[in-house]
Amino acid sequence: MAVVSTPTTLTRALSAMDNAEVLRIRNDFPVLNQTVNGRPLIYLDSGATSQNPLSVIEAEQEFYEQRNAAVHRGAHHLAVEATEVFEDARQTLADFVGAAYEEIVWTSNATEGLNVISYALSNAALWAAQGRGDSRLRDLALGPGDEIVVTEMEHHANLIPWQELAYRTGATLRHIPLDDAGVLRMDEAAEIVGERTRLLAFTHASNVLGTINPVSDLVALARRAGALVVLDACQSAPHLALDVKQLDVDFAVFSGHKMLGPTGVGVLYGKQELLDVLPPVLTGGSMITTVTMERAEYLPAPQRFEAGTQKISQAVALAAAVNYLTETGIDRVHRWESELGQRMVAGLEAIDGVRVLGPAAGQDRIGLAAFDVAGVHAHDVGQFLDARGIAVRVGHHCAQPLHRRLGLTATTRASAYLYNTTDDVDEFLDAVSGVRAYFRA
Amino acid sequence: MSLDQLYQQIILDHSKARHGSGLAATAAPDGASTGQSHQLNPVCGDEVTLRVAVDHGTVTQLAWDGAGCSISMASASVLSELAEGMTVDELRSVIGNFRDVLRSRGKIPADPEILGDAAAFEGVARYAARVKCAMISWVAAEDALNQAA
Repeated sequence: MAVVSTPTTLTRALSAMDNAEVLRIRNDFPVLNQTVNGRPLIYLDSGATSQNPLSVIEAEQEFYEQRNAAVHRGAHHLAVEATEVFEDARQTLADFVGAAYEEIVWTSNATEGLNVISYALSNAALWAAQGRGDSRLRDLALGPGDEIVVTEMEHHANLIPWQELAYRTGATLRHIPLDDAGVLRMDEAAEIVGERTRLLAFTHASNVLGTINPVSDLVALARRAGALVVLDACQSAPHLALDVKQLDVDFAVFSGHKMLGPTGVGVLYGKQELLDVLPPVLTGGSMITTVTMERAEYLPAPQRFEAGTQKISQAVALAAAVNYLTETGIDRVHRWESELGQRMVAGLEAIDGVRVLGPAAGQDRIGLAAFDVAGVHAHDVGQFLDARGIAVRVGHHCAQPLHRRLGLTATTRASAYLYNTTDDVDEFLDAVSGVRAYFRA
Repeated sequence: MSLDQLYQQIILDHSKARHGSGLAATAAPDGASTGQSHQLNPVCGDEVTLRVAVDHGTVTQLAWDGAGCSISMASASVLSELAEGMTVDELRSVIGNFRDVLRSRGKIPADPEILGDAAAFEGVARYAARVKCAMISWVAAEDALNQAA
């Protein structure tokens, strides 16, 4: 079940991607083959949601045409087949991020994954207070005097669940601030993450700044404090080789639809010893051992966190997406996107009145760039680009505190993926260079 | 539909020279009753604070402060110009008409006899994502009128 390197993937690993290969890749993505406002579509909004290759669409269709059944119940042929492909998909995802099979929990999306951790931890406090469950729950329970630490650059999904966890448990929420360039103040982080810290949650790669955060430094701070680490891998898992064991995080979450998969499915990774003792969040069918009229005993992970009928076809399709990434070579994808990101930033910085958020050209970043155009609101920038068939994201990108810190309310973000060429980036840059004149800024 | 049909000249003009903008620096006329409303579009951050002054049933002033895209700012400017001198009932009726046109997805044409310069926002109706931009100050005005009445 593990993904085996074939001779093709080994050869490919040595060669860099180029526009010719990207154009071949693009043929696998039907939705990209269309015109918008009379121009060929240039899709630069993969940071919000990515497009699906045919193999993903077909995997979902094939499931419904040939194997559709409820999993983990029923002894008939289809039920067995459905269970098999569903659990194979889990193994594919586990291999992709270096986790064990039992450590991969299906969620609806990354937001749900973060909320599951948040609620499991407050349930741990309830259980520990009653002496229920494993004795290790006492160590996981948060309460007054304890601190949860996040960063100022978080997506709302990796902020609000911790605000609410603090509210439910009486713990205090703190954050690691940013400097004016949008870089984490690691000097302050060393002060903030201390003996009261019980949990440190941060994003691997910023959905606005494009920064790749120093995971090992942050994990070291958390380990010194004895705190749990939660990694938001939404913008990293689709774009670079992610190894949760090597990073030594306790939890990680990511979404299927940002990595060529369908909507409605995401992944929560958790260390097995944590997932097996944490109380469940949603309860009901499929996650129990014995049930009486008074109480129930629960299965270990992953079923412990998978109550009710799961997103089966989506999980199968997500595995097809991971196979597509693996066959292309995730390291090659990462290198290509870094090149596109650098091209974007260098080009944007050269346009009068454009301010790029996050690392300057030449510094490490993923393949996205958010920017402000002096005197023109992001909505107008987005509309102008759309008229040329270019799809970008406008707004606060679910990171209001970050925008506030940088003195902005809304920005425009272009985000590339493996199906974007350097020509796409150049076309985008050419369009942006015309924005201020059009709006007389 | 072309970009120029959305961003008509009159809209670009009003987005730069904003009539009625500068609420903090504008005193309400003596003797008028006032109502004020703050509206925020959390999706894009467009924000408008708007105050109407009403004297004997007539809108004597419509002043506002705001930040946002050219559509939202131009729309507030046009509204301010249009509203002053109207009776409260007239303004309510014009706001209702503007809303009907914008929500019609292009099915109801704008009548310049009723909407004046605001008829230029007709093209916005074709862009569902931008309707709220054009409406934000009009919603604020409706709310402010309720408080002034």
